[in-house]
Amino acid sequence: MGELRAYRALFGAQARSVLMYRTSFLVELLGNMGATVFDVLTVLVLFRAAPQVGGFTLAEAVLTVGLSSAGFALADMLVGNVDRLKVYVRAGTLDAVLVRPLPALPQLLLMDLPLRKALRVVFGFVVLGGALAINDIDWTPARIALVAVTPLAAAAFFGSIFVISATMAFWWVDSGEIGAAFTYGGRDFTSYPITVYGPWFRGLFAYTLGFAFVAYQPALALLGRTDPLGLPALAGYLSPLVALPAVIIAAGVWRTGIRHYRSTGS
Amino acid sequence: MIKMQDLKKDFTVRVKAGRLRRTKRVVPAVDGISLHIDRGEMVGYIGPNGAGKSTTLKMLTGVLMPSSGEVSVCGLAPVPQRTRLALRIGVVFGQRSQLWWDLPLRESFGMLRHIYRVPADEHAARLRRCRSLLDLDEFLDTPVRQLSLGQRMRGELTAALLHGPEVLFLDEPTIGLDVVSKQAVRAFLADLGASGDVTLVLTTHDLADIERLCERLVVIDHGRVVHDGTIEALHARYGSRRSLVADLERPLPEGFSLPGAILTAVEAGRHRATFALESASAGAAVAALVSAVGVRDLSVLEPDIEDVVARLYTSTDVP
Repeated sequence: MGELRAYRALFGAQARSVLMYRTSFLVELLGNMGATVFDVLTVLVLFRAAPQVGGFTLAEAVLTVGLSSAGFALADMLVGNVDRLKVYVRAGTLDAVLVRPLPALPQLLLMDLPLRKALRVVFGFVVLGGALAINDIDWTPARIALVAVTPLAAAAFFGSIFVISATMAFWWVDSGEIGAAFTYGGRDFTSYPITVYGPWFRGLFAYTLGFAFVAYQPALALLGRTDPLGLPALAGYLSPLVALPAVIIAAGVWRTGIRHYRSTGS
Repeated sequence: MIKMQDLKKDFTVRVKAGRLRRTKRVVPAVDGISLHIDRGEMVGYIGPNGAGKSTTLKMLTGVLMPSSGEVSVCGLAPVPQRTRLALRIGVVFGQRSQLWWDLPLRESFGMLRHIYRVPADEHAARLRRCRSLLDLDEFLDTPVRQLSLGQRMRGELTAALLHGPEVLFLDEPTIGLDVVSKQAVRAFLADLGASGDVTLVLTTHDLADIERLCERLVVIDHGRVVHDGTIEALHARYGSRRSLVADLERPLPEGFSLPGAILTAVEAGRHRATFALESASAGAAVAALVSAVGVRDLSVLEPDIEDVVARLYTSTDVP
């Protein structure tokens, strides 16, 4: 209870700091939405060239994009800024965070919460809503639950990847853009039906790392299609089970990382 | 209140050795420190740059994980019980801000009340006290980024005290401040320490801070404690002496010697002489000098702590 109020205070401070620069906030808000719009446009453009890609129609593909971008945008807004950790580690400013009576990660996330990314989340969910409308879905209670849970599980999954890749900064201050291959790369991967990828690439990203369960398998389950790659229909409901270990691993990596923090001189 | 037993912190540094090869080198930043600090003590922590002062402070506050050894503050282990410890200690890092850059001090203080879960009336009482002692009122509504360094430091001190900490850690609290601000900060800390409720540990390069505030002085160098005791004990140990400067009636004869004192300088046509006093009392030396050559004026100078410490830092081999 007390902690909740503390977090709310941190959030309030961030909101007030941001609103001190009102115009720049508005410009960033719109600019950020632009980025997500382009992700979706890419998929539309692809389907201008061919009526079907990887065995999927445009409407079906948009459902995959919708699930993926809603989840990713949510994770990106809530957790994505953790990649600024390397700046804090290099400058030693993490010290100030560590002497406060709150866990470090939630503090960092709230202190830097990028409100400018809010419209991205809205846009992601609008695409998802649109996709649900244009596809002919046989609504059952299980599918309704699936639509509600999938973006959240996707957000948890992407969020964990953000945290894991940012935590590398504790060992390796110049961790740079390697993490981006898995965060933004992962989003791009999940934006398309995975049938478009080659087998070894698919084996690694889709099944070993679990990206298939973020958007592709749930989309199949919603559409009631059988998986051309042979997984049973149940696979569509596995996203929380993929997200959970990801969150646990991320928490463990973070915990280990923070004990490796070296601060800086003086 | 604070216990350290053989506390160590090593940093691994990778050194370039050729085009691609890097060799690892382990650098001990803190190399086996054992200290006990009791409730209400005011301890000054000094040492040259890179001696391990800040590293020690960071291990005490839960920022850094020790490589080995034991440490406890308020009966808690700093890193594993970091958030619980944070409620009971206050920290001021002279070169890092605890405040919110874009917000006025008043709002930062309000936020800290929520973060530290302090009851509103206690918070208000402490803030009132700090406001009057540190003259905060004139800049309480200015965003932190527009404050001068002295104003900001007064804000930082307040921020570290609003939750009523049992131990206050200060890492170079007077660094970069002007004389007036330094004095304000010192007077405030002296007042705080005099109350006896707060244990104070501060690192500094400004020895005036120590002389003004701390009974106990801990000198560290190369990650080890080289002195732990009062300033007087430091002088006694390193043979720093009070000096006697006398303007004489008649010129000092060649080969003149004084009981319990050593001649160190002669000036003004042998009309001014400086002696280093070996004994605690200057009386015998003064009497002998008066009867031998007559004294027009004289002064006894306290040893300069700066000199002692400078000698301590430069000597690689400490007795």
